[in-house]
Amino acid sequence: MNATERKPMAEVADSLADAKKVFLVACTGCPVGCDTGGPKWVEQMTAELTAAGKSITGSCQIELLCNKALVGIKLGRFVEKLLAADAVLVSACGVGVQAVGNMVPRRAVPALDTICLGDYQGLWPGEERCAECGECLLAYTGGLCPVTLCAKSLLNGQCGGTGDDGTCEVSPDRPCGWKLIYDRLKELGRLRDLRRLNAPRDYRKLAIPDAFRRTTRYALEVAEDEQTPADEQEAAE
Amino acid sequence: MSQLQQQLEAGKFVVTGEIGPPKGINIAPALHEAAEYLKGNVAAVNVTDIQTAVMRLGSMAACHLLIDRGIEPVFQLVCRDRNRLALQSDLLSAATLGIENVLALTGDHVVMGDHQQAKPVYDLDSVSLLDAMSKLESGTDLGLDMKGRPNKLDGAPKFFKGCCTTPCSPTPEAQAIKLEMKVQCGAQFVQTQAVYDPAAFEKFMKQIEHVKVPVLVGIVLLKSAGMAKYMNRSVPGVQVPDHIIQKLTDAAKEDRAKVSVGIAAALIRDMKPMCQGAHLMTLGWDHCVPDIIKQAELA
Repeated sequence: MNATERKPMAEVADSLADAKKVFLVACTGCPVGCDTGGPKWVEQMTAELTAAGKSITGSCQIELLCNKALVGIKLGRFVEKLLAADAVLVSACGVGVQAVGNMVPRRAVPALDTICLGDYQGLWPGEERCAECGECLLAYTGGLCPVTLCAKSLLNGQCGGTGDDGTCEVSPDRPCGWKLIYDRLKELGRLRDLRRLNAPRDYRKLAIPDAFRRTTRYALEVAEDEQTPADEQEAAE
Repeated sequence: MSQLQQQLEAGKFVVTGEIGPPKGINIAPALHEAAEYLKGNVAAVNVTDIQTAVMRLGSMAACHLLIDRGIEPVFQLVCRDRNRLALQSDLLSAATLGIENVLALTGDHVVMGDHQQAKPVYDLDSVSLLDAMSKLESGTDLGLDMKGRPNKLDGAPKFFKGCCTTPCSPTPEAQAIKLEMKVQCGAQFVQTQAVYDPAAFEKFMKQIEHVKVPVLVGIVLLKSAGMAKYMNRSVPGVQVPDHIIQKLTDAAKEDRAKVSVGIAAALIRDMKPMCQGAHLMTLGWDHCVPDIIKQAELA
């Protein structure tokens, strides 16, 4: 299971600042285990965003957003509601947010920060990659990750190494990540996002607690004895 | 205030040159070229920082040696090889050595160079490096103290901060927006990637009209038709038009340097009305600089 944590509501509000209508997509895979997504999140987020004056055009829960084929089929049923929205708020890891962004002609905005994937890159690994940086910027980069798509992981736009055919200086097989982001933002009418100054990363977030690296089996077999008071209360209920 | 800054502020059309430190410690020839052909002819001399990721003598030491010889340097600083601690520390060190002009660059990826196994750093990028320089100037650094306030410096440096842009990039709009960001973060002058297409340059300059910053157009001296074709194949954001390549192809071997100088001078004459200066990258042919300046009618 991969580990995510909720972005502070202020950050979500900032990334949705100019979106009046929002569609919610929740992954019911890993985030349910982390208590960062799933049905509870949809309910809470609907209430919070409605209270903040936004209208929710619809919501959809998909088991494992990292399975892009499934995402396409499932979201296909919500085309009208999706297109009615200014942005799609996604509760998933970085792979899931990018999968939604690649499927829907709307801005995919992350509700979570991905802190550990445990080398898992999705059920249907495609071009969407997440570097578990813990500071998801997808809201401002057209739903395409600069950390994984740019060979230099630059955070503030393309360098001078973009070839005439749009490839990166490091290899003719690799597209310039920031050109992809530029093209996508242009499509979305969001070139203003390129003017946002992204602060240098906080590399402390790469020091992942051991607990997040353990597998489900480990949790079942070894960690049973390490129950927290919250776990006990849940078990009692 | 550096000469470069003074001349740009005075509204002069400014010319800068460039030297590349050697691979090894034999720096005398590079310093000799700079003293012989660049001193007195250009406002400042850029010193490249491990250019194209080929390991060589450092930019800061070479800048210091230029200052000793009465030549004003532009210290090129790339984000590829140093994290934020080292970048800020090198900026403080440069200031104590009397280096004022600094050009903030991303830096070619390590796989372009001769240590392809090396770890690329890019802890900061060219935009956040300019922001860091502005913070150092205001007396703080990028770190925070225990109370979450920026750390204070004991003595703040002062720089003339430069950046680069690629006018002939396949995405000039994205380059223009990034340039705007760089200026917002403190860039005071721009030296561009090589330009061989005055029409494309004019279009780019229109696009950044609202950004108030002096621009020095980049001129890379073309030494041969082969080099021009190589640049078209392998240097992103640079296109040498066929008519220029033809001129080099047609030139007899003994006339080639003359033709190269003529091409560079013509480009400067064409683009002079559009910008505030020219940055000459002669790649070892520094002896051509006086002739380029003369033929461009800048002397």
